[in-house]
Formats: sequence, C-alpha cells, structure tokens
Amino acid sequence: MPIRLEESSFMEKQAKIAIQNFHFYYGTFMALKDLNLSIQPNQIFAILGPARSGKTTLLKSMNRLTDLIFGTSHTGQIFIDSQEIYGPEISLPELRRRLGMVFDLPTALPLSIFENVAYGPRFKGLSEKSRLEEIVEKSLQAAVLWDEVKDRLQSSALRLSGGQQQRLCIARMLALEPEILMLDEPCSGLDPISTASIEESLTKLKDKYTILLVPHNIQQASRVADRVGFFLEGKMVEEGSAFDLFTRPKNKKTEDYISGKFG
Amino acid sequence: MSKEKILEKSFLLIALSSISILALIAFFIFQQGIPLIWKVGLNSFLLGDRWFPSKESFGIFPMIVGSFWVTLGSLIVGVPLGVACAVFLCELIPPTIAMILRPMIQLLGAIPSVIYGFWGLIVLVPLIRDSFGGPGLSILAGSLVLGIMILPTIISISEDSLRALPRTYKEGALSLGATHWQTIWRVLLPSARSGIVASIILGMGRAIGETMAMIMILGNATQLPNSILSSARTLTTNIGIEMGYASGDHRQALFATGVVLFFIIMGLNSLALIISRKGRA
Amino acid sequence: MKISRHHTQGLAKGVIWVAAFSTLAVMFWILYQVLREGLPLLHPDFFIQAPRQMGRAGGIFPTIIGTIALTVVAIVIATPLGVGTAIFLQEYTRESGVSRVIRFGTDCLAGVPSIIFGLFGFVFFVIFLRMGWSILSGGLTLATMILPTIICTAEEAIKSVPYTYREVSFALGGTRWQTIRKMVLPNAFPGILTGVLLGVGRSVGETAAVILTAGSSFITPDSLFSPIRTMAVHFYILAREGISMEMAYATGAALILLILAINTVANWMMYRYAHKA
Repeated sequence: MPIRLEESSFMEKQAKIAIQNFHFYYGTFMALKDLNLSIQPNQIFAILGPARSGKTTLLKSMNRLTDLIFGTSHTGQIFIDSQEIYGPEISLPELRRRLGMVFDLPTALPLSIFENVAYGPRFKGLSEKSRLEEIVEKSLQAAVLWDEVKDRLQSSALRLSGGQQQRLCIARMLALEPEILMLDEPCSGLDPISTASIEESLTKLKDKYTILLVPHNIQQASRVADRVGFFLEGKMVEEGSAFDLFTRPKNKKTEDYISGKFG
Repeated sequence: MSKEKILEKSFLLIALSSISILALIAFFIFQQGIPLIWKVGLNSFLLGDRWFPSKESFGIFPMIVGSFWVTLGSLIVGVPLGVACAVFLCELIPPTIAMILRPMIQLLGAIPSVIYGFWGLIVLVPLIRDSFGGPGLSILAGSLVLGIMILPTIISISEDSLRALPRTYKEGALSLGATHWQTIWRVLLPSARSGIVASIILGMGRAIGETMAMIMILGNATQLPNSILSSARTLTTNIGIEMGYASGDHRQALFATGVVLFFIIMGLNSLALIISRKGRA
Repeated sequence: MKISRHHTQGLAKGVIWVAAFSTLAVMFWILYQVLREGLPLLHPDFFIQAPRQMGRAGGIFPTIIGTIALTVVAIVIATPLGVGTAIFLQEYTRESGVSRVIRFGTDCLAGVPSIIFGLFGFVFFVIFLRMGWSILSGGLTLATMILPTIICTAEEAIKSVPYTYREVSFALGGTRWQTIRKMVLPNAFPGILTGVLLGVGRSVGETAAVILTAGSSFITPDSLFSPIRTMAVHFYILAREGISMEMAYATGAALILLILAINTVANWMMYRYAHKA
C-alpha cells in the first residue's frame, strides 16, 4: 500500500522532490531498488556511484523520458511539490519543462544557436520575437555563454566547441524556466576550464533552482554538492550532507568508493 | 481525444494504404479474371496451347513457355555477367574509378525499358536475322535485351553484398597465403551468396514482369515456340498487345493471364523473403 | 601439366576483365547510339510543337505536358501517403503485427509488374471510378506504383536522424508530433526528396501502365480528365508502329536526357546529404 504523503514527516512535506519505495524496471531487470529519498529545494544534490548503478535511470525516470523506451515499468511513487508525476492527469510535455535536463554528451541540435535555446519556449507557444530574444539572452547569460556567442546567434550550434555546446545545452534548459535542473555528467569530455565555469554557474543557479547532479567524479561532488546520495547497483546505500558523507561515511562501501578502492 | 491521439490514428490509417492498395489490386484483377478461368477450366487455360480469342479459345501455355524461356535466357546472360561486373567493381579496379562507375550503372538501371527495346529492335533483331535466319524477332533477342536490362539490378545488389563483407574475411584469407582470385572465388563470393541470390531473384522478378521491350522484339506469335529463334509471346506481352482492343471474354482472359502472373510473382516474392531470412540467420 | 595458382588467377581475372568491360561497354553503347542519332534532331521547335502526321513530323509538346502532368499527380498523391507511412512505422510503432503487415504489403506492392498495375488502373480508375482514360487515372496508377519506393527511402531517411535529437526534443517538452515536425522531418528531408526524385524517374519512364490508363491521345490536354500520352508512350508508339525512326530517336534522346537530369540531381542530393552529417 503506498505511503500517503500526509502521513510522512514534516520534513518530507516541505521537500521539492519526494521519492517513495520506488523500483524501476527495464523489462525484468530492476535498475532501481527500493528508493526512498527526499530532496529540499534550492540545493545541489549529487547522485554518486560507479557505472551502471542507476544514476541516469533515476534522472530519466523523473522527467519520464523512460516512457519512450519500450518495456519499462515501475512501482512506488515520485512526488514533485506533492504531486505524483506518474499520475494520470500529468501532462508529459509540461513535466519535462519543469524538470530541465542536460545529458552527458553535448547534444546541440542541428539549428542555429538562437534556435537551439528558443526550441523549448517555442513549444510552449511563445512566438513573439522580442520575448524570445529576451529569453535567449537571459538563458545564455545564466549559462555564462552570452559573451562568447552574442555576435553569432544565427550561426550553427554544431560549430561550437564541446564546452560551449554543453553550456548551450544548459542555456537551452534554463530557457524553459524549469524548477528543477538535472545534469547527467555535464562535464564529461570537457577541459578543466569549461568544467570550472560550469561548476561555477551551478553554484550560482542553486539560488533559483533545485539541482540534481550526477558528478563526473568524486572531486566534483565534493566541490559542488550540498547533499550526496551514494548509489550502488540500483540501491541508494547512503545519503547525507556532502561534508558528512565525505569525511565520515557511515557505510563501508561508501568509504571504499570514496577512497578509490573501486570505481 | 487529444490532438496527439488523433494524429497517431491518422498516421495509422495512412500507413494502411499500401496493404489496402495491394488488396484492391488483387480483388479487381481476380474479380475480372477468375470467372473466365472458371468458365474455361483451369487445366485448359493453363495447358491449352491455342490462343484464338475470336474463336473463344483461351489457352496460355505458349505464353507460359515463352515467359519461361525468355526469363531463363535473361538469367543465363545476366547472372554471370552481372556477378562478374560486381566482382570487377569491388575487387579489380581502384575504388575511385568504381565510385564513378557506380552511379553510371545505376543510371543505366533507370533508363526506361522502351529504350532498351528500341535498341533491340534496331540493332539486335536485324543482327540475329542476318546471322541465324528466322524473323529476328525472337526469344534469343528477348533474352539478350532482358539480360542487359536486369544487369544493373544484379550488379548493384551483388556489389553491395560484396562490399558489406567484413574486411577480415579478405585479409584473413590473404594472410593465409591465398591468391587474390582464390580469395574472391573461395571466400568472398560464397560469403556474399545470399545477397547475390537476392539480386538474382529480384532480377528474375523484373524479367518476368517486363512488357514493353518484349512486345517490341519478341515477335508476338501465339504459337508454342520451338526454338530460340522462334517468335513468341510472354504472359506480359499477351496482355500488353491485346488489351487495347479486347472486350468481353477476351478482355477477361487477359485479366486471367494477369491472375496467373500475379501468383507467379507472389510466389517469387515469398521465395525471396524465405531465402533472405535464411541468409540472415 | 599442373597450372599454378597464379596462372589460374591470371586467367580468371582476365576473363572477368573482358566480361565486365564488354558488358559495361555494350550497356553504355546502347545509350550512346540513341543519343548520337537523336541529339542532333533536338531543337527548340521539337519541344514546342505538337506532333503532325501522326508523329512523323512536328514536335512532342503535348507529350511533355502529359509527362509532367502525370508525374505531378503521382507525386502529389504518393508522397504524403509514403512519408506518412514511414512516419508511422518509425515513430509511432515498434516491430509488431501491424508493422509486419504493412511491410509485407509494401514489399509485395514493390514486386508487382507494371502491366498488372495497368490492368488494375484500367478496371479501377478508368472503368469503376469512371475517370476514363485521363491524366487523373494515369497519375493515380503511377502513384500506386511509386508508393513503395517513397516509403522505403522515407523510412531510411527518418531512421538516419539520430535518436539523441528526438530525446533532446522530448526532454525540452516537445510532444511526439512536435518532435516529428520540428526535428525529424526537417532532418530527413533530403533523403525523402531523393526518394521523391526516384519516383519521378520511374513515372517518367513507365509505359505499360500509362498506356492502359491515360490513353494515347497526342492532343494537348485541357483538364485532368483528358487523355494524353507521355514521352515514353509516344516513343514506344513511334518505334513499334514504325512511324518514324527519326522522331523515335529524337524522342528517345529527349527521354534519356530527362532521366539523366533527374538521376544526376538525385545522386547529387544523396552525396551532399551523406557528407553533411
């Protein structure tokens, strides 16, 4: 029997995201096991763990991109602002606008820089030129890309460098005016300077958004995250503040991972 | 129903168009042709060798024989030469030249059949008449022209199959000391066999279905052909020649010929599917 | 005397060289011959005048109109149906009973000989739907013939659009149709256009089905319901009835040039499209 939100703790009621008894399956394979997690607003929550531990699955099941894959199913619930996102009256496009996502590869669309950022807002029905220009500029500034591209907004986005493309993807996400940002290894394959600038933007962005981050490595998590969840083979082994998890982890496996005994 | 759902259903409807058209074709051809086959009797229709529409005599055996010989002849011409050209393009000439030749061969495949028929009429038919006697308009002429017409199909698909083979096949064989030719003959061609066979079946389908060029050069005699120099008709030319002025039972007999053709082609198609599935397994 | 492997190779390769070379030579020579005789006869009058004396003189203007008209009708009908089918197969379903049936239908349709299409078009469009021998009957029949080609190339084109583009579009709040319209179709467009051009080429060259459904009038048509002969049909009639070899050569040359132009554009598009990615 699902736990009703009113019965759980006061802390959870305030949570931006509340995940309860969540299991996720690709066919018969269980990718996420018995997940219980609540995430407060305006913080950076890092999802840490070795490969194949369900991190990307977690992100994609939150904006229900997993619905696109055939044969997926789940049990349990995910609440965002106390609303069950797998409920029947949820509009998928709207859900996906509330949770912006950046993938682990720079995925610029084959359009101009301007059109890339304007892509999401156009779907909302926004077509007035001045409004779009406003949103594009604001988003590119928040992603720390505006200065570099403001003179060539009409040129193809595919010509940008990897780091620039990734920041474009962040701008694209911000243009949706989401509430939650989900970043899946956003700095993989990027040089240290791009990585640093993205990490810097994230720290600024958490004032406005709730951020879920799959960090590229442990160091990134320790630099940027407020709270961390350590995942292993689909189960969340431990969760706590970044400081606690990194300095005195409660679980042996967490400690092993952090000290590099496996990865 | 939401807009998205309406769109999805609309696309489903559109997607059913090809199977619907096929059903329509089968329905109308059969509707016209089957009653006549019933009337004349399947045996005497298929095996009767007298085609005299004015005397209500509808036996299409000569046309079946004509189709058979012309198609066989075209395969005898087209398959060895086609596979040879495929090997040539893939293995014996530099890739840059092959890259130029390939679209040109594809162009040859796009040339309308009537052009090939015309050439056959102007060049080949007099040649055969002068060299071997007879009317020139013959199964021999038909086979040669049809063979040339199916060459682009056989060449392109066979060559694609050869090129699709993993490089390790060739490199492995060569590194074991095989000569280039041995590699081609013993390793590459056998490995590309299913693709080559597919191309042959496709070519055969084209050959059986060809009409206009065959009307121009086969001579269109309705008797049972007795040599490759004989004039003949195929199932297709039978329809193509007389459809313009046929009526009543005569017209229905032509549709009946279409029914027979339909079954033959469907049989070939199914054969091709089975073979291609076996080849992939 | 044992023949060494190298001798065998030399012999085999030699045979292949001779066979391939002569085969290709003959094939190109056929084209060359028609062009050589026909090209000199192509002057502007040929294209603007109507045939006179049953085609022994004059030009081929009405047949050009006929060719264009039939092709346009065929493309206008077949392209939405074909692209729509491809969209359904690639974007709205997975491999299932329905998609297998659709593919089976398409594959079979692709194998039906043109004379059967001619018979069908005659009994269905000309007689049953009372369209008579007309541009409409001919164009609709051609549409059914080129449908499988368009479905096939459109599917390939749609399949080649990277999945990430779709995933990103969905992640940014697009519905399925919005994603198809704004991401998939624009990127698949060159491939789809190539398929359309292939359909055009097929329509231009088709004779058997056209004679049985569009008739063989050589009077300039004045409506979609007028009968008309296409260039290919005109060429066939000139040649077979022995009306005029000269005119036949000229018409044949014009036909070859048209096909050459269409194919070249299609190839150029495919080349550009493949290199853009």
